[in-house]
This record gives sequence, structure tokens and C-alpha cells, in this order.
Amino acid sequence: MLKDFLKKKKRYATIPSERAKQEVPEGLMTKCPSCRTIMYTKELKNNLHVCDSCGHHFRMTAYERFDSLFDEGSFVEFDKNMIGENPLNFPTYEEKLEADRKKTELNEAIVTGKGTINGYGAVVAVMDPRFRMGSMGSVVGEKIMRAVEQSIEMGVPFILFSASGGARMQEGVLSLMQMAKTSAALEKLSRQGGLFISVMTHPTTGGVSASFASLGDYNFAEPKALIGFAGRRIIEQTIRQELPDDFQTAEFLLKHGQLDRVVSRLEMKELLTTILDIHAS
Amino acid sequence: MASELGFEKPIIELKNKISELRTFTEEKEIDLTDEITKLEKRLQQLERDIYGNLQPWERVQIARHNERPTTLDYIEQLFTDFIEMHGDRLYGDDAAIVGGIAKYKGSPITVIGHQRGKDTKENIRRNFGMPHPEGYRKALRLMKQAEKFKRPIVCFIDTKGAYPGKAAEERGQSEAIARNLLEMAGLTVPVVCIVIGEGGSGGALALGVGNHLHMLENSTYSVISPEGAAALLWKDASLAQKAAESMKITAPDLKELGVIDGIIREVKGGAHRDLVQQSESIDEILHESLTQLSKLTEEELIEQRYQKYKNIGQFTYVNDAIPLNKG
Repeated sequence: MLKDFLKKKKRYATIPSERAKQEVPEGLMTKCPSCRTIMYTKELKNNLHVCDSCGHHFRMTAYERFDSLFDEGSFVEFDKNMIGENPLNFPTYEEKLEADRKKTELNEAIVTGKGTINGYGAVVAVMDPRFRMGSMGSVVGEKIMRAVEQSIEMGVPFILFSASGGARMQEGVLSLMQMAKTSAALEKLSRQGGLFISVMTHPTTGGVSASFASLGDYNFAEPKALIGFAGRRIIEQTIRQELPDDFQTAEFLLKHGQLDRVVSRLEMKELLTTILDIHAS
Repeated sequence: MASELGFEKPIIELKNKISELRTFTEEKEIDLTDEITKLEKRLQQLERDIYGNLQPWERVQIARHNERPTTLDYIEQLFTDFIEMHGDRLYGDDAAIVGGIAKYKGSPITVIGHQRGKDTKENIRRNFGMPHPEGYRKALRLMKQAEKFKRPIVCFIDTKGAYPGKAAEERGQSEAIARNLLEMAGLTVPVVCIVIGEGGSGGALALGVGNHLHMLENSTYSVISPEGAAALLWKDASLAQKAAESMKITAPDLKELGVIDGIIREVKGGAHRDLVQQSESIDEILHESLTQLSKLTEEELIEQRYQKYKNIGQFTYVNDAIPLNKG
């Protein structure tokens, strides 16, 4: 058939040779998945895990995020020892938590604490998607609520960096209720005139996007971050049509009026400092 | 006659047998009273065994029953002078959520609920009770209005979930749900929420932040549908029955987890068997809730709601270490 003839067919596949693989010691170099530039991992780290040539934002750990924001030595962590239980007696859940604790050296999917950003005090919470995909169970909800209460008590702004696949399935309806719990805490903060800045990072979806992450006085997002309520696959199955490539990206949300700004990680500290300054005046 | 569910088959068969025997007795004038009495006793036992011991998956089926009473059915039974109000003033009117003002035992009230259809045509019109952002924004508008005029709010929860669609995402499904959670937490009037069918995830919760939360005995409330959970956890949607059990989604489960305040008893075989009687049970608990809450001040209402959600969740500390800060 002519149709088949016109269809583009991939004729060759490139298989990296064993030698090519061996030439680069593991971890020394990193290839940008967006522009394919190869760079030193160390330099990438120094650049806050942002690709120097195309601006692609790599994943960053929660503690790296604190380092990138807080003035040196100002960080005090809250509730570091809090860990999850298995309220539904869900098979293998405890093992999974234990495995993630080992793998990430985190106790849960969020780190909270206080510190100063160019001299301005703030309570900051950072989610880490390496732990159970950043999903929100009882511990994440509780730590956020306590952090918000701290910010009320201290009279300083609350800033949250979200990165989450949504609610934690294994804690069932208790996870769902954390959406109400965190939102109630933010309501209290808001009623008392407190400032909340939400920064959505890749990915912020499901119950996290549909609760605290969307409730900032200012809602920001990192470039290209995936943000949305329902999963792309579920939507495609529901509406039976393909979605545009930029669907549910930070830029898509900005275009549809859901965000205040898309902010590069390299400019985050400066932006936050300016906002904290405006609010402090 | 309500359409039967699979697990009810033994009851139906026995009922048919009894009525056959009755007809036979009348027509042939042969006395089978003893047999009939015996079978009726067995029927009672069987009903107790089946309806008194419903399994999670059976409750899911009842909660999803086509003829299960909907928000509008209960509104008609429980309230007088109901006037439905439409639209979110921003984009449109979402038929998947209904709301308006009415009187409850002579006092003004605002009532809001998810609304699904009972047949295909109505279900299409109401998008199977799965709201878009404008539905949640309409609900919020009505709630803020209730607050302004100081009347209590009753929310009926009955949805598979917020609609997962392109337009819903574009118009901010996440923000609409999130906004309701925040605003409901701060309402200065009593809010009573009742799960009457399926309570599907964030789409249900967006009408569910109340001072009191009750569930009908055979309703469900969960973070994800049993089918969704099965697909996600075991990559197999056909394991929904198993998921319904592991996910702890029934009213007794939620009571045990400390999420709900009360379970509303259902008519034998499910709410769809007798709307009037079922409405009476709801009426009882609703009246009790509103009476209790009417004694609280505005600040107390907010604080009671705050503490309620604050206390939901289970966690511990590594090696029982004393937490560094009390938080």
C-alpha cells in the first residue's frame, strides 16, 4: 500500500557500545534528557540541578532545596523523627516505608523546618518525590499542619515546595482527609493574615494539587513541572482523544490562569526575598 | 420492584417460592400453611444472615444501585420550600451538583449535594454526578451565601469523583476543590455532611468539610474507587472486590478510623427499598446534629471543625524518640 510506503519507519536503532559506556564513570557525567548536553554532575549540582544549556530542571532532594534557600546555618528542622504507621494493615506497606527510608535517608516524603531567607524568617516545607512518589499520608499531613501552626505562632510566612503523586493509597481515606486537614491549617493562617507561598515542582498532582498546593496567596511553579488533578492517561481514556503535549505543564497552567508565575529555580531565592521584603514592610 | 443484586439471589428465590405456595394454596384449596410458615421463618433468617452481614463489595454494589435515592430525593423528603439556585457566576451551571435554599422544620437552611441520574439520559445530563470546577464554585457560592445569612448548611455526598476531563483541568479542577476545602474549614455556620452513596475522593471531600460527618450504612467513602485501587496497586482492575476489602471504605470502617461521627442505619436491603423510611432515619440524625451545633458560637464552630480534622491520621516516631519540637 502507498500509505505504508509513506509512513516513516525507523530503520536503525543506535545501541551504545560497551566501550562507550565504560568510558564515563558512573555519576561523574550527566546527560540532560531535554537537550542531550552532557555535563559534569558536580557542576550540575552547583547550578541547583538546572541544565546550563537549556534550563531543564532536574530533580532536587528536599535538603538540597533548603540549602538553596536558607541562609547558612539558619535551618532548624521540625518533627524529623515522625514516621508512618500502617493504619489499614495494608499488605507490604511497612516494608515499602522501610525500604524508602533506607533508600532516601528520609523518614517521610516531606521535610519541614524554619530558617531565614536573606535575613527574612520563614517556615518552609519541602516534599521529596523519591519517598513513595512524594505521596501524602498521615505524616505528610501532620507535618504540614504543624509547620503551618509554627508559622502562625512565629508570625512568619509559610512556604511550601510541593512534589507529589497525590494521596497515599495505602493509608486509604486517612490520606484523603489530610487534604482537609492541611487546608484547614492554611485557612487558619489566612484568617490571621499570614502569608502562604506555594511553589509547585515536578510533579504536583492529585490530592496534593487539589489541596494545599493550590492554596497559596501566590502560586508559583518551576518550568515544565507537571501539575494537574487527574492523570493524563485517565483523561485520555475518559474523553477518548489525545491531549496536547504541553497539557498540565506549568506553562499550560499559567496560560489558563491557574498560576501567578513560572519561576526558574535559579531565580527562586531572589523572588522569594523580594516578596518577603514587600510583606515585611 | 427494585432490581436485584447478585448476592440477594437466595432471598429472592425463597420469596418466589413462598408466593408460589400461597397461590397454590388458594387455587387448589390444599392447606400448606405449615410449610409457608416454615419458609417464612427461613426467609427471615436468610435476610438477617445476608443483610445483617454485608461484605464491603456488597455495600459498594448497594451504594451504586441505580435506584438508590439521590440528593434531590432526600431534599424533597426532608425539607420544605426548596428553591434550587443555579450557576457559579463565573463560567456556567453544573448539573452534577444541585443546591439551593429551603426550610428544615420551619428554619432556613442551605442544602447542596452531588446529583447523579437514575437512568442513562439523566446521567448524561448530570455527567454521572461527576462535577466540573463550576459545580464546586457554585457550591462555594451557596455556602458563602448561607454564611452571610447565618443559616446552617447540609451537604449530601454522592459522587464517583470529580470529573477527569480536559476542560475540567483547564478551568482549574484542583483549585476549585482546594478552595472549597479551605473555605469550608472557615465557615461560621454549622455544616453537616452526609454521605448517601459513593464518596469518591477529592471530588466528594470538596463538599465534605463539616462539623459533623455522617454516612449511610451502605455508603462508601474512599481515596480512590476499588477499581482504581486495584489497577494502581496490583495492575488489575478486576481485583476491585479485594481492593474494596483492603481499602477500608465502608461506614463501619470509617467510624473505626475516627473519620465519621455517625452511621445512619439503612432500611433492610438498602436505602432504595423505602425512601420515606430512610429519610426518617436521616431526619433523626440531622436534627440531632443541627441542634447540637446550634449551641456553638461562630468561633467554636470553626474550632470544633479544626480539631476534628487535626486529629485524623496515624503516625509514630522513630525509636519512640521524643519529638524535637512539639509543633
